[in-house]
Amino acid sequence: MKYHQAIIIGAGLAGLRAAVELNQNNIKVAVLSRVHPVRSHSLAAQGGINAALGNHPRGKADSPEKHAFDTVKGSDYLADQPAALKMTQEAPLRIREMENWGCPFSRTHEGLIAQRPFGGAGYPRTAYATDKTGHVLLHTLYEKAVQLEQASERENFVFYDEYFVIDLVIDEGRCVGVVATEMASGKLEVFRADAVMFATGGAGKMYANTTNALISTGLGMAIPYRNGVPLKDMEFVQFHPTTLYGSNILMTEGCRGEGGFLTNDQGERFLANYPDSAVAMEVSPRDITSRNMAKEMLAGRGIGGKNYLHLDLTHLGEKKIMARLPGIRDIAMNFAGVDPITEPLPVQPGQHYTMGGISTDENCATVLPGFYAAGECTCISVHGANRLGGNSLLETIVFGAIGGRAMAEYITTAGAAKKSKAFEEAEARVEKELSEMEGRTEGESFAEIKETMENTMTEKVFIFRDEEQLSEALSTIQKLKERFKQVAFPGSGGSRIFNFGLYNIMDLGGNLDAAECTVAGALNRTESRGSHFRNDYPKRDDANWLKHTLCYLEDEHPRIEYGEVTMGLWEPKERKY
Amino acid sequence: MRKEYTFKILRYDPEKDRKPHYQSFRVPYQEGMTILDGLFYIQYNLDGTLAFRNACRAGVCGSCSMHINGRYRLACETQVSHVSRGSVVLRPMANLPIAKDLITDMTKFWDKYRYIQPWLIAGKPAQENAEYTQSPDERANLDLIIDCTLCGICTQSCTVTATDEEYLGPAALLKAERFIADSRDSADFERLDLIDTEHGLWKCHTIYNCQLLCPKKINPTGSIKSLQRRMVHRYLAYNEPSGRD
Ligand SMILES: Cc1cc2nc3c(=O)[nH]c(=O)nc-3n(C[C@H](O)[C@H](O)[C@H](O)COP(=O)(O)OP(=O)(O)OC[C@H]3O[C@@H](n4cnc5c(N)ncnc54)[C@H](O)[C@@H]3O)c2cc1C
Ligand code: SF4
Ligand code: FES
Repeated sequence: MKYHQAIIIGAGLAGLRAAVELNQNNIKVAVLSRVHPVRSHSLAAQGGINAALGNHPRGKADSPEKHAFDTVKGSDYLADQPAALKMTQEAPLRIREMENWGCPFSRTHEGLIAQRPFGGAGYPRTAYATDKTGHVLLHTLYEKAVQLEQASERENFVFYDEYFVIDLVIDEGRCVGVVATEMASGKLEVFRADAVMFATGGAGKMYANTTNALISTGLGMAIPYRNGVPLKDMEFVQFHPTTLYGSNILMTEGCRGEGGFLTNDQGERFLANYPDSAVAMEVSPRDITSRNMAKEMLAGRGIGGKNYLHLDLTHLGEKKIMARLPGIRDIAMNFAGVDPITEPLPVQPGQHYTMGGISTDENCATVLPGFYAAGECTCISVHGANRLGGNSLLETIVFGAIGGRAMAEYITTAGAAKKSKAFEEAEARVEKELSEMEGRTEGESFAEIKETMENTMTEKVFIFRDEEQLSEALSTIQKLKERFKQVAFPGSGGSRIFNFGLYNIMDLGGNLDAAECTVAGALNRTESRGSHFRNDYPKRDDANWLKHTLCYLEDEHPRIEYGEVTMGLWEPKERKY
Repeated sequence: MRKEYTFKILRYDPEKDRKPHYQSFRVPYQEGMTILDGLFYIQYNLDGTLAFRNACRAGVCGSCSMHINGRYRLACETQVSHVSRGSVVLRPMANLPIAKDLITDMTKFWDKYRYIQPWLIAGKPAQENAEYTQSPDERANLDLIIDCTLCGICTQSCTVTATDEEYLGPAALLKAERFIADSRDSADFERLDLIDTEHGLWKCHTIYNCQLLCPKKINPTGSIKSLQRRMVHRYLAYNEPSGRD
């Protein structure tokens, strides 16, 4: 059994930032990730990261308070205001720190970090590196971590690359470790730790059309959920307006921030025809833009009557496209065969971000002592019912650092986790599950369950929702969960070395649990707020629903409770842009 | 359009197989299908043990590099219909041990990356809560170099790597150039010393494989040449009476 004072699961921005913080607080830390750190999905972020730096000529009057207000308003008042403020206050420091560590941000003429306008923001405050912001941030943070790793004594900062985490170890009500499989050897490994953090990313793969990576399956949410930690606000799912038709790869909001147009079959900038987007037009918040796009397509004004619209960048010209959006052009040419310099891009809304997640407080702590979470897998909540573009990269580095500090304090006071029978028991439990999975060669089809889940979520739990569709979806997901118990391993034989058949099955199980919470929360919430829009309850209802959904696993299904929203400076108002 | 493709894949399970062997699968064709889609069809439906790396499926994470019909490519951004009319032959990257099927053990590749000290070494400490300034022109020196995903294609396809597995290779040398070219970094000489070695900078034979194959259209050969030029200038400066000591 391996021992480290702190163990971080996930080497995206949130996990790496936490590890750096722990190292700087003299805690011996290990980072486990199912993919090599630089493959984590943080790298796919394109548009940028928000902070009131005031580097843009139109951003001089910006402040953390204004940033927090935009965040709270964007959240449709479901964000916890002190947490949002904490994030925006720490934002400039964290972003400049990334720059100091080497992040190659794009620059203003004065040589400062460049910023661009983004939806729902009062000032241009989105710092960026062309359209590859996530890529450069992740590489920089990994470089910093490698530097600290090399400077540390052995065992003080350790990476376990390609370790797939399967379960938690809990002893006397405290999280004291995890069970993982080393993918390259196929062996189970038990880790003991004084504190554990999950930074496992989003759950987009429950949808058929998502911008998320293949590894964003929500298993990292399901594992704590099965161990008694509630999932919060799972019904709030962000649908990004512009994903490439066909592959649903993201076409960053930066495309519109830089001046791109959304047009319909008649070449008309249709956002002007809807009151809630007529003023801000293409830089309206994501929930509003996606809804109006969906309406446009329902009205038959999709391109050629089909389920997509045009994102037109041609008027930006080659120079600007090559300077600001080179990655977008590459992706569009490789995946859709379209060159945005000469032709408009075919786009449609798609799942993009999981606002809900592991319920934590503003120090990343959960109800389970010793268990912390940070990044997209969490719900603190700073994004409430709708996340602003550029705020989630920010969340990862701000709360990665905060969570790391909180863990360091916890470890100092709670002391070392004791050895106990809990470790062997957890290992035996996992071993039994795995042998059952690999041994079941006859049974329900893996591909069918997965596909049905994805299609159900996309057809019935999408931009427009109603009671009938949500009830149907809930019963479908529950039936799939039953069938999943008998899911067959595709083919047979083989060793446990890089056994993706097993990982796929575990991912699907996690995805189904996360999906069930999403649907159950959406069915219960009889109002419309942020990304959650109910055709049968089209108004926000603060009297009854200004509250967080909390799903606890009970008898295999979510039991829903509600929690208070922490208010602060701002009273809920109608959201107008 | 073909209704079906044959995927001929090099398989190897170190616990079961004495040596790698090819296995063929039939995969139904769908419009726009990528190599990665085909691999997933097999893994989901026919053989769950088929191993290949993947994550972003958008050509940006660098996981899925492999040898596809005679050339190194990223499986996720390669459409089957662009490489063949009916059959696809896949094998893992060369010059690394096979860990399983299409997955190589990249330890050696990452060791080379770590070796060049891939982090910013700034000359002066930053001021509190302030960025180092860098002009847009200085920043432009980093364009393209910073796009590297560390997919490994350049280093593993390099003919020099094939004869000298210790050769640092284009990816690590490019990373060295990324910091040397950064106006904020001040460790040029230390880094040049690290790569001015038997298996370093001078091993490049200017074959241009890396430049030809890089999925991000980066030019590692150009970076290596620029490092060599810096090195030459440094030698010259040393040897001139008025040069640095
Ligand atoms: C295409 C795209 C573009 C985006 N653009 C922007 C943007 O411009 N601005 C912005 O603010 N936000 C953006 N976002 C959102 C933002 O990128 C993500 O929310 C954020 O990067 C998530 O970071 P993370 O550290 O929480 O998780 P991730 O980066 O997803 O990392 C998750 C980590 O957990 C590990 N992991 C998961 N499960 C396990 C397990 N069982 N065992 C072991 N390891 C595990 C993975 O290996 C990985 O290392 C974008 C998102 C997408 C999909
Ligand atoms: S330079 Fe190109 S080929 Fe080489 S590792 Fe980087 S992205 Fe891959
Ligand atoms: S899966 Fe990320 S580059 Fe192919």
